[in-house]
Amino acid sequence: MKQTPNLNAAPAIEFRSVSCRFVSPDGKATIALRDFSMSVAQGEFVAIVGPTGCGKSTTLSMITGLLKPTSGDVRVMGEPVDGIDPRIGFVFQADAVFPWRSVLDNVAAGPLFRGRSKSAAYDEANEWLRRVGLANFGKHYPHQLSGGMRKRVALAQTFINKPEILLMDEPFSALDMQTRTLMQDELLQLWGGTGSVVFVTHDLEEAIALADSVFVLTARPATLKKVYEIDLPRPRVTSEIRYHPRFVEISRDIWHDLREEVQIA
Amino acid sequence: MTSPAKPSHATATLDGKSLAEVERLAQRRIRQRHALVITLRILVLVVALGGWELAGRNKWIDPFFFSMPSLIFLQIVDWFQNGTSQGPLLLQVWVTLEETILGFLIGAVAGVVCGIVLGRNKLLSDVFSLYIKIANSIPRVVLGSVFVIALGLGMASKVALAVVMVFFVVFANAFQGVREADRYMIANAQILGASRRQVTTSVVIPSALSWILASLHVSFGFALVGAVVGEFLGSKQGIGLLISTAQGAFNASGVFAAMIVLAVVALAMDYLLTALEKRLLKWRPAAF
Repeated sequence: MKQTPNLNAAPAIEFRSVSCRFVSPDGKATIALRDFSMSVAQGEFVAIVGPTGCGKSTTLSMITGLLKPTSGDVRVMGEPVDGIDPRIGFVFQADAVFPWRSVLDNVAAGPLFRGRSKSAAYDEANEWLRRVGLANFGKHYPHQLSGGMRKRVALAQTFINKPEILLMDEPFSALDMQTRTLMQDELLQLWGGTGSVVFVTHDLEEAIALADSVFVLTARPATLKKVYEIDLPRPRVTSEIRYHPRFVEISRDIWHDLREEVQIA
Repeated sequence: MTSPAKPSHATATLDGKSLAEVERLAQRRIRQRHALVITLRILVLVVALGGWELAGRNKWIDPFFFSMPSLIFLQIVDWFQNGTSQGPLLLQVWVTLEETILGFLIGAVAGVVCGIVLGRNKLLSDVFSLYIKIANSIPRVVLGSVFVIALGLGMASKVALAVVMVFFVVFANAFQGVREADRYMIANAQILGASRRQVTTSVVIPSALSWILASLHVSFGFALVGAVVGEFLGSKQGIGLLISTAQGAFNASGVFAAMIVLAVVALAMDYLLTALEKRLLKWRPAAF
């Protein structure tokens, strides 16, 4: 069961008036984020939606520490971001599993990088493969699996490190509709309500079905337009929740906001 | 009323034929087609060789210049039994093979190292890429003459030429491979906890390796060319020398015979390389 977000402890993630300016290789400067502030409580599942290209993925890069803000402050668990935090896990949109390693080797990669013993790492890897339903595919290579199965490998690869903060950058947008619905349910199961999640997506229904709050971003240069609390009950079955009357209401409200930004972009 | 038993897959019938029957017919047709292709291949070979032989015997083409299958065969047998003017035939093969393999290994290692170093360091690559491009556009075989003068008629000059031929191919592939090591995979490795060294060994090098292995075939072929051409230009042993000696003596059969020996060697190495590739690249999707 999900635990209620802990609002008294330091926020898991906090952006204070963050601005981010990019200089492209041929010398053009653009501002991706301007005066962007947001806060994610521990144990909260947050979805970020906004028009394409507004800077949603940029916020994730700044949480991981791979990208530094031009001005403003990014904090993780109350501390300023400094290098890559081992408590963070990241699931990419594109396939980032290593194609030359077997499925089992891919899942064991995290613990092995972090210095766990081989036997411990592989034991955990086998356990996670079982949890994502790929117990019989340990020796296969990623190209032999379907897109949905590769995504499950990516999830196992990320979850095995027990991240306290899970960042996801449109992880399911490359999958077909049916697989996507299955993966959404699997994600909720694996997440189980502990740890914070920041889920970037352009699919509004996916955002509402999964999250506790939906953050709507403006067009570039992006800033936080509005936060919507999703008061739908948990546990949720993503394929059914979309017919809940409250879902439809929320969906209409958020789309109204989002559409303005999409038309500007 | 009892319902009829559901027919099993093998005997389910549609327009009077069961699936098993249809499969049997289809497989027979596939076998027949295969036999036809093989027969036609043999036929083409017989017609080509037979026509050549006939043309030679009837002097439609001058056998002095064009030789005949029978003469070529006799030449090969003669070489096997009595050795060539340079020594036993298999020794010649071995020398050329040795030069090829040595040149290939040295050129490949050098190409990989340079590819990785330049791939990771933007400044070095910006500076040197111009010179590499220039060096690459010179037909490399002309360097053979330089090597013969500098390194003599022994194996060294042939190995050097093979190295040069292989280096540029492997370098280009390794360089690309390092540059294209998917930045998402690198980011993924970093977030999973890999140190900079671990990123290099577990993402960059395997990625480059896949590009390098993909060029194995081509680069080995180049190494063989380098060795043989080096032998043309000046040497004491080897298949290339066999060819150039036969050429000098206007021995057309000798030239063709040496060509056949070379072809057999190349095919054998090709077979071995394919087996090696299959083992090392089994993680690759079939399209590659």
